Amino acid sequence: MKTAHPYIPNSAPEVQAKMMEEIGIRDIDELYTDIPVSLRFAGKMDIPEPLPCEYDLKRHMNRILAKNSSCEENLNFLGGGCWQHYVPAICDEVNHRSEFLTAYAGEPFEDHGRFQALFEYASMMGELLDMDVVNVPTYDWGQAASTSIRMAARITGRGQALVADTIAPDRLSAIRNYCKSFVEIVMVNHCPDTGKLDIEDLKSKLSPETAAVYFENPSFLGTIEDQGREISDMAHTNGALSLVGVDPISLGVLLPPSNYGADIVCGDIQPLGIHMQYGGGHAGFIATRDEEKFVMEYPSRLFGIETTSEEGEYGFGDVTFDRTSFGDRENAKEFIGTATALWGITAGVYLALLGPKGITQVGKTILQKSQYAAKKISQINGVRMPLEKGVHFKEFIVDFSPSGNTVKTVNQNLLEKKIFGGMDLSGLFPELGNAAMFCITEIHTKKDIDTLVQALDSIING
Amino acid sequence: MNRNTNTKLRKFHQAKWDEPIIFELGEKGEQGILMPVAEKEIEDEIGDGISKLPAGMRREKAPALPEIGQMQVLKHYLHMSQENLGADLNVDIGQGTCTMKYSPKINEQFAASPQFTELHPLQDENTVQGMLEIMYKTEQFFKEISGLDAFTFQPGGGSHAILGMSTIVQKYHETRDPGNQRNEIITTIFSHPSDYAAASVKGYKIINIYQDETGLPDIEALKASVSDRTAALFITNPEDTGIYNGKIAEFVRIVHEAGGLCGYDQANANGILGITRAKEAGFDLTFFNLHKTFSSPHGCGGPACGALGVTGELARFLPAPVVRFDGKTYLLDYDLPDSIGKIRCFYGTMPAVLKAYAWIMSLGDEGLKEVARVAVLNNNYLLKKILQIRGASAPYAEGRHRIEQVRFSWEDLEKETGVSTFDVTCRMADFGFHMWSSHHPFVVPEPFTIEPTESYSKNELDEYVAGLQQVSDEAYETPEIVKTAPHNSVIHRPGHDTLDDPSKWAITWRAYLKKCASGRRKRI
Repeated sequence: MKTAHPYIPNSAPEVQAKMMEEIGIRDIDELYTDIPVSLRFAGKMDIPEPLPCEYDLKRHMNRILAKNSSCEENLNFLGGGCWQHYVPAICDEVNHRSEFLTAYAGEPFEDHGRFQALFEYASMMGELLDMDVVNVPTYDWGQAASTSIRMAARITGRGQALVADTIAPDRLSAIRNYCKSFVEIVMVNHCPDTGKLDIEDLKSKLSPETAAVYFENPSFLGTIEDQGREISDMAHTNGALSLVGVDPISLGVLLPPSNYGADIVCGDIQPLGIHMQYGGGHAGFIATRDEEKFVMEYPSRLFGIETTSEEGEYGFGDVTFDRTSFGDRENAKEFIGTATALWGITAGVYLALLGPKGITQVGKTILQKSQYAAKKISQINGVRMPLEKGVHFKEFIVDFSPSGNTVKTVNQNLLEKKIFGGMDLSGLFPELGNAAMFCITEIHTKKDIDTLVQALDSIING
Repeated sequence: MNRNTNTKLRKFHQAKWDEPIIFELGEKGEQGILMPVAEKEIEDEIGDGISKLPAGMRREKAPALPEIGQMQVLKHYLHMSQENLGADLNVDIGQGTCTMKYSPKINEQFAASPQFTELHPLQDENTVQGMLEIMYKTEQFFKEISGLDAFTFQPGGGSHAILGMSTIVQKYHETRDPGNQRNEIITTIFSHPSDYAAASVKGYKIINIYQDETGLPDIEALKASVSDRTAALFITNPEDTGIYNGKIAEFVRIVHEAGGLCGYDQANANGILGITRAKEAGFDLTFFNLHKTFSSPHGCGGPACGALGVTGELARFLPAPVVRFDGKTYLLDYDLPDSIGKIRCFYGTMPAVLKAYAWIMSLGDEGLKEVARVAVLNNNYLLKKILQIRGASAPYAEGRHRIEQVRFSWEDLEKETGVSTFDVTCRMADFGFHMWSSHHPFVVPEPFTIEPTESYSKNELDEYVAGLQQVSDEAYETPEIVKTAPHNSVIHRPGHDTLDDPSKWAITWRAYLKKCASGRRKRI
């Protein structure tokens, strides 16, 4: 007699017999008569013997997971778009709740909590960004930036975007893919000693075709752009929009882009209470002013607060649903589908926990610790700091060229000391030399940083 | 009314906390968590860190986030969670097309392990052999399930996978014939809306094939649509009607003969796992939603993953990196000169991949087939039961079996009682049930789509049917109770009076306050 699988209650033969009787069949196979025999897969899928017993599965999975060596077991200085920040316990507690974890698309009354939690997420992001409209999150920063650029192209009716070349290479690749044959992507140079945008180069490239100027702050290379107002003004004078990608965890200490003229702001919320998960914890946000010309160009869900039939009761619903491809596939703005809502709820929890003091403190701690680390590393013989004249937030670049070492060699030696060294940029930004990008956040203690510095010194100088 | 012992219908009331907006909570000075501070030695050496910021780049006024103690933040979110219905709590079969199945808790434990959560995607490959093994083996599983030859997990959902398919299709035609005129993608009206919308994003003109009188896409219309402009066919099967298109191989042949590629939207493959595959039907590309068929939880709308697969001929176009195994070690291979480039950062939604791996490992070949068989058994059991309810019908394919779901209609109910499918949705919530009134296209009048999956017991299915029966009875006898529902849900019927008006909509609390203050809108 076959054993019912715990995930499939109606795999019990007794139950199946009753149900088949009700339908009027003798074999479940009869339900598949619409599938021609020629299309039926008669074979056995080559998948290992199953582990239906939960304990067996747990042993199996633990054995595989044990082959990983995590950033908790080692000292990690990798960043580059996925960052190790502290995740408060309440963030995990909330996103593990069955009611949120296993819900999907219920109605605004029965899934009131989901709508409210995402409305609150958008509202708190709105405070952080000093903007009035924030979307239900999309896949990641790359998607958010891609859509921001296409929104700008639709709003201006133009077909070119100028993009600061200090952008993450992966993100640029995603943008090029997404914008292909709609918006031409033209790179704008940066100043080699500060990482800031080359204003002269921007000036020479602005044209009546320019829909948007897009730059990131802090840039992918970690540097802070302080010409935001000038860049935005130049874009606006030219009839283009100013688009800024931003790391939201910097905004307790750094001026939000809307304050220096940005029209559309985007970025990734992974730093806000979401574990790295091998790059699986990303979610993109897009924010604008509350103007119809912007709102009507979002492809995303936008949740708005509304009334109900009961006086005084808060309700929530989709703002201008007909914009979306759920409402109208043929006239939709781009497309919408399942993306990353649970990370939005989680980031909301994070911002609520930190409050104004916490978000300022975390920014300050990161600045202090990363400045300390950069200073100590810069004092090691045999290294060079290529963007030293700029100011960085949590990431900075170290060039090992003077020592004759490649990043690969340095990182292999660091790994032996259970240290994950900086991201290797030598293939991506060869002009920076044998460059590694180190990421320092609030989680690093002085001792962690000193350990890194000593390790680097001993690798380079013996 | 207490729980009816015959119908099992419950006397239900959802939690209603009348929960304030978070900005209405807390007091100045409260704080939910303390962030680490720099050590004194660092402060002594560096100062406050902020002074080094360029002039004009320092934020002078802290963001106006709420100030709330930790327990109060927790309580606020738990109140909101209770004001939400997840699949763990209700008989979640009313959200057809979405495969609301059980997401095993043990898989959540795996995904919460620090040996997964605390992995950085750029770690040395030798330190992530476990994760690479899971990615590699999951890819092997999907090769078996689809019959295709290579997969990527980069797309962040089904719609994103459709975008990925469109990008590969475009690159394929460009590579073969740089000056090609193939600028059309054909889809069907009962395929997912993103088969249209996400392909449009790549610049394709989309041709919709409508169904014929049998409910299947019209093959004659397809023949008339293909030409030397056809880039691809993107098609769901079974479509949202739950009817399997037995002519699918012929559809593929027609498009292939015209020089186009064929992409199989298997976002919902729950009724056909191990029963029929993309390969046998001749498809070049396909995708599966790990958050649907493969049990990764829906998370209120993601994180999600669309596992995108292709034939060997198209494998060179996949986004980099791909995972390889040299017999001893797993590696990330970035050396794909013909790759379309990135779809998403890093490697995709890894928690969904991890959970899908564990789910498949629990089931194996036999178990996956049993999932499909029971999903189909449950669906046809419900079809039989629901057609006995006054006012309900199942357009198309009369008397035939369906695969994993059915798009039903309340057209008769609406005509006879004035009660619409939305009214029924509202009333079903009073019994703790969700019934979705379906997305675009609005071809079936007063639609509702039921997809029971394999997860729900016969008793649960009977309970849901009892809910539909009760609401139908009420529609004929006391329609007012249905038309004014919900009565026992978290809130009452939404007003929808502010969501399409730029002077009234409010997408953030700060926008709401501005609009209230300006007097353009009555304070709720």
